[in-house]
Amino acid sequence: MRVAPEYYLSLAGLMFVIGVVGALIRRNAIVIFMFVELMLNAVNLAFVTFARMWGHVDGQVLVFFVLVVAAAEVVVGLAIILLISRNRGSSDVDDVNLLRW
Amino acid sequence: MEMDIPRIELAGIAPEIALTVAALVILVVHAVLGNRFSTWYLPYLATLGLVVAGALAVIVWDVNDLQLSGMIALDNFATFVKVSLAVFGLLTVWLGRDYLTRDRLEESEFYALVLFAVAGMMLMAAAADLIVMFLALETFSIALYVLVAFKRRSTEAQESAMKYFLLGAFSSAFFLFGIALAYGAVGTTNLYSTGPEADSLFRFASAGPSTDLDLLVLAMGLIIVGLGFKIAAVPFHAWTPDAYQGAPSPVTGFMAAGSKIAGFAALIRVLDAILFPLRWDWRPLVIGIAVLTMIVGSVLAVVQEDVKRMLAYSSIAHAGFVLVGVVAANDRGVSGSLFYLATYGLTVVGSFAVVSILAGPGEHRTRLTDYRGAFYQRPLLAGALTLFLLALAGVPVTSGFVAKLVVFGAAIESGYWWLVVIGVLASAIAAFFYLRVLVVMYMQEPIEGVEPAPSGGWLANGVVAITAATTIVFGLAWGPLIDAAEHARFFVAGG
Amino acid sequence: MPKGYFGQYVTIGIFGLVGLALVVVTLQLARLVRPNVPSPEKYTTYESGIDPIGQGWVHTNVRYYIYALLFVIFDVEAIFLFPWAIVFERLGTQAFIEMIIFIGILALALLYAIRKKVLEWL
Repeated sequence: MRVAPEYYLSLAGLMFVIGVVGALIRRNAIVIFMFVELMLNAVNLAFVTFARMWGHVDGQVLVFFVLVVAAAEVVVGLAIILLISRNRGSSDVDDVNLLRW
Repeated sequence: MEMDIPRIELAGIAPEIALTVAALVILVVHAVLGNRFSTWYLPYLATLGLVVAGALAVIVWDVNDLQLSGMIALDNFATFVKVSLAVFGLLTVWLGRDYLTRDRLEESEFYALVLFAVAGMMLMAAAADLIVMFLALETFSIALYVLVAFKRRSTEAQESAMKYFLLGAFSSAFFLFGIALAYGAVGTTNLYSTGPEADSLFRFASAGPSTDLDLLVLAMGLIIVGLGFKIAAVPFHAWTPDAYQGAPSPVTGFMAAGSKIAGFAALIRVLDAILFPLRWDWRPLVIGIAVLTMIVGSVLAVVQEDVKRMLAYSSIAHAGFVLVGVVAANDRGVSGSLFYLATYGLTVVGSFAVVSILAGPGEHRTRLTDYRGAFYQRPLLAGALTLFLLALAGVPVTSGFVAKLVVFGAAIESGYWWLVVIGVLASAIAAFFYLRVLVVMYMQEPIEGVEPAPSGGWLANGVVAITAATTIVFGLAWGPLIDAAEHARFFVAGG
Repeated sequence: MPKGYFGQYVTIGIFGLVGLALVVVTLQLARLVRPNVPSPEKYTTYESGIDPIGQGWVHTNVRYYIYALLFVIFDVEAIFLFPWAIVFERLGTQAFIEMIIFIGILALALLYAIRKKVLEWL
């Protein structure tokens, strides 16, 4: 049995949109970051699907790079968020409001 | 069976390698020696790395080649950007030396992060494959996230780093989704074709309406959004004022100069070189962004009470002016944008150098009211800041005037005179808030009983002197730099 | 052996069931055979001969998150090692040197972490 690639692409698109909406409406920095990770995973799914459609492995190799970069980003991001929550006991982005235009 | 291993061609990434090695040496040497010895050698190592990188970038001038399996473009466009970046890096390291010793911050990591960031930005300019572009973008972004949080005890720095990080990660996800869709549309992420059968974005876009372009146009939109965040274009600018205000001033100057030129280098290569055949699809979007960016940046700058925030909004407005050159999409537009970015970078690094010195230890004095009567306390610094602000406003005899002239000229050549009218109006609004700073500095009395900030070290003063000199020189004798920018051509297959 | 796309999953399922059965059967077999003489000492948690104190549910100091971060980095490094290892014999010395450089840079990072005393357990 073969599942049509459109399904995978729709799923990837849906995941990406959920990630965008979630990142915009949630208030906790860690949760926002998790939604961003969801967006990256949507990208990975799209890459793998396209690689299968085109019949070569390029897209799968690209996923490696995305994964690695995402991991590096997690490391730096968590360090920053931890710095803040240690300082104020909260990682809520609304509590962080010293800088205003 | 022998596999087809890519040939090792290091000329294309030699500057990045030099910077990475220098950064690693700085980190390891300092980690091994510790703070038992003085750290005088660290800025020298960083300077050496940047000078070597700049030299390695210059020696491939006029080479037209693709390297590392078509991943790296070796062309004058990349070289021009790389040399500018090496200069920005040097100024940042020197300014940072003074700043770090004054505020007693960790030195080795600062230099290493600046070098890593410069390496990523250079790679961004030379990327001939979207995935390399993404890696380069992340390399310099991650280094900048840490640099913004460098004053890690300061709650403001933490806050700005978090905002910058969250929005930066958000935007790179858009950029990446754009890459994925482009890969789906074309079957490759390469910008230039490398072999007889290999396809590329350029070839695909050139094939015209016969091919199915919908997916590629969508991908293009997402890539513009992703890069729009990095160059701080409205409506993707929300992070800019916060990040600029909370970051250490040398880092802010570096972000404004380096991040902008790297982001624009990628944007210009993708839009003006690769997707040039699709210009009727991307122009409406980019024009909309350019108009919004110029107006919003200029108008919001007027109401700022913090000088760093004001300069942040001014940097947003300047992104709009450069976008006018991108929209023009002709040779003069490309060279004009490069000239603009190079001269703007020098000016903005200089202005943040002055801000860094005047802010005093701990950077507590960045409000506009802290600048009252600055001219009578620090005439030379105030004079330099005056020059920088006039250049940012685009007053004649400064480099900013010439830059605006070439960019607007290119737009008129392409028939976008109405865009230029909006640009000139925005410049007029912008001139108002630059004047406001000047009025505060010259016409108001210093606050009684407040000591002026201690004078900067010779390195910081040197950076101010250098950038002030270049601002004047490129305003009077712009020929050589314009010439170089005009020779900064893209890679041409078989050229 | 079942065939087809989902047939392969059936194979995996059978493997899983056999593995599970192996564990359950051996443990039950041991219960049947062994003598059963409980005493309070035998029910205490074994902690190297030291009596356990407090609850098992303790907070670890947040400063150890750096261990987790370092783990993530080295975990991800493996992504590049596996494809390289599979085609290693066909790649020759050039690829070997490249991987040495790659791991060398990561080793430098580890050295840096050690020198910065982030790996010392307090």
